[in-house]
Amino acid sequence: MQLEHSQPSTYNDKVVRQFSIMAVVWGVVGMLMGVIIAAQLVWPELNLGLPWTSFGRLRPLHTNAVIFAFGGSALFATSYYVVQRTCQTRLFAGKLASFTFWGWQAVIIAAAISLPLGYTQGKEYAELEWPIDILIAIVWVSYAIVFFGTIGQRKVKHIYVANWFYGAFILAVALLHIVNSAAIPAGFMKSYSAYAGVQDAMVQWWYGHNAVGFFLTAGFLGMMYYFVPKQAERPVYSYSLSIVHFWAIIFTYMWAGPHHLHYTALPDWTQSLGMVFSLILLAPSWGGMINGIMTLSGAWHKLRTDPILRFLIVALSFYGMSTFEGPMMAIKTVNALSHYTDWTVGHVHSGALGWVGLISMGSLYYMVPRLFGQKQMFSIKAIELHFWLATIGIVLYISALWISGVMEGLMWRAMNADGTLAYTFVESVKAKFPYYFTRLLGGVLYLSGMLIMAWNVYKTATSGKPVLVNIPQVSAAHA
Amino acid sequence: MELTTLRILATVASFIVFVAIAIWAWRNRNSSGFKEAESLPFTED
Repeated sequence: MQLEHSQPSTYNDKVVRQFSIMAVVWGVVGMLMGVIIAAQLVWPELNLGLPWTSFGRLRPLHTNAVIFAFGGSALFATSYYVVQRTCQTRLFAGKLASFTFWGWQAVIIAAAISLPLGYTQGKEYAELEWPIDILIAIVWVSYAIVFFGTIGQRKVKHIYVANWFYGAFILAVALLHIVNSAAIPAGFMKSYSAYAGVQDAMVQWWYGHNAVGFFLTAGFLGMMYYFVPKQAERPVYSYSLSIVHFWAIIFTYMWAGPHHLHYTALPDWTQSLGMVFSLILLAPSWGGMINGIMTLSGAWHKLRTDPILRFLIVALSFYGMSTFEGPMMAIKTVNALSHYTDWTVGHVHSGALGWVGLISMGSLYYMVPRLFGQKQMFSIKAIELHFWLATIGIVLYISALWISGVMEGLMWRAMNADGTLAYTFVESVKAKFPYYFTRLLGGVLYLSGMLIMAWNVYKTATSGKPVLVNIPQVSAAHA
Repeated sequence: MELTTLRILATVASFIVFVAIAIWAWRNRNSSGFKEAESLPFTED
């Protein structure tokens, strides 16, 4: 694609294509890992008795693969696509953009090797050891330079709201990653956290919940603010609401982390603060969801015929559901029941499979044909099938874990008249068997939908070819 | 100044800034600037 580099009047879509394809590949891999560990919970013998394939090592591999490899690649792809088109300029620093692709893939490969080998910092969603952390920081700073550089050379007056969300996601993740990963190396691939005790726990969950808020929410809201209007062919419902939505998320999310540490050594006032800010978060979350869904106002009929729009809108419904459930679970008395149970896992997956997964898939279905000079995906019927497999899979998954989680929580706290525990721990494990099986079934459905998507993307890419898209000439009125 | 006072001031200032942003966004809801911004995804078509 030497030609592409020599054409400043076209968009740099090569890096978008690379990230889009890898998002699909890593989606299949990450979801397959999820299915494998879900099966291990039903049939523990599937860990094969080997350390490398044990649940404790494959579980972080699954979470890293779906969040950072699948979700991350989808975010890189869509942000590079959106920022060029809404700024009407070519991506800033093309070589650096190319480095972010290869660097990010190197991080993923390093994770896929080091996690099964047992190298871990022991911090959830921040397991990777210090040499990989340094590579992540370098790639991320390069990403920020490419993204904000592109905004800096925009040919239009305004910075479209999607770019505000992408920008916040990039800045916040840089801050979170660098602060939480601060560690003292104790040899190659071994380190100790720079923080100790409850401070370490608080830094970790300040990171952990903002990874949810900025990696898994703000970035994907950037997708929502571009791809929902594009697919619905009408502008966002309220631009004012989108601005209030943005700043409300920015001012609130940073304080919600302590709800991961209810009833721990964390000071009580900090727990209450985390709870209150989590409850406040319901407002901006639902404001954003309403803004996205109401964009369809006057065009609801499109949902009947357009499976891509259905992906995007159902994603928003799951966003609404999980951002209602989350604040509820952050209430200390509710958390006393839900914490450490499968309810939490169900909640996370309603957000991850329902919101993050579906919005990424819908956005990729929009972009992929355009990146390969096609009008639409190779098979619309396959998108339809994918939608139903994914939706039924999610519903099975989350309802199984809701029941399992609440049951487990109630069994743990049940007491006999004399104050002794009514159930042993292993009894609660045994009772979960049917729900674990249903969860596995839901996961298999979700994965099979992703496999259909991979086939559809392959057919679309091979029946078309990479195209150069011209940047529209901006009139003086826009500048 | 005591650190706690500083924290209170920062929190209150942040809240006032947020309310100001919300009022500004609402008053400009029909402005040509917002209309221009919301049409940005469609300029290529």
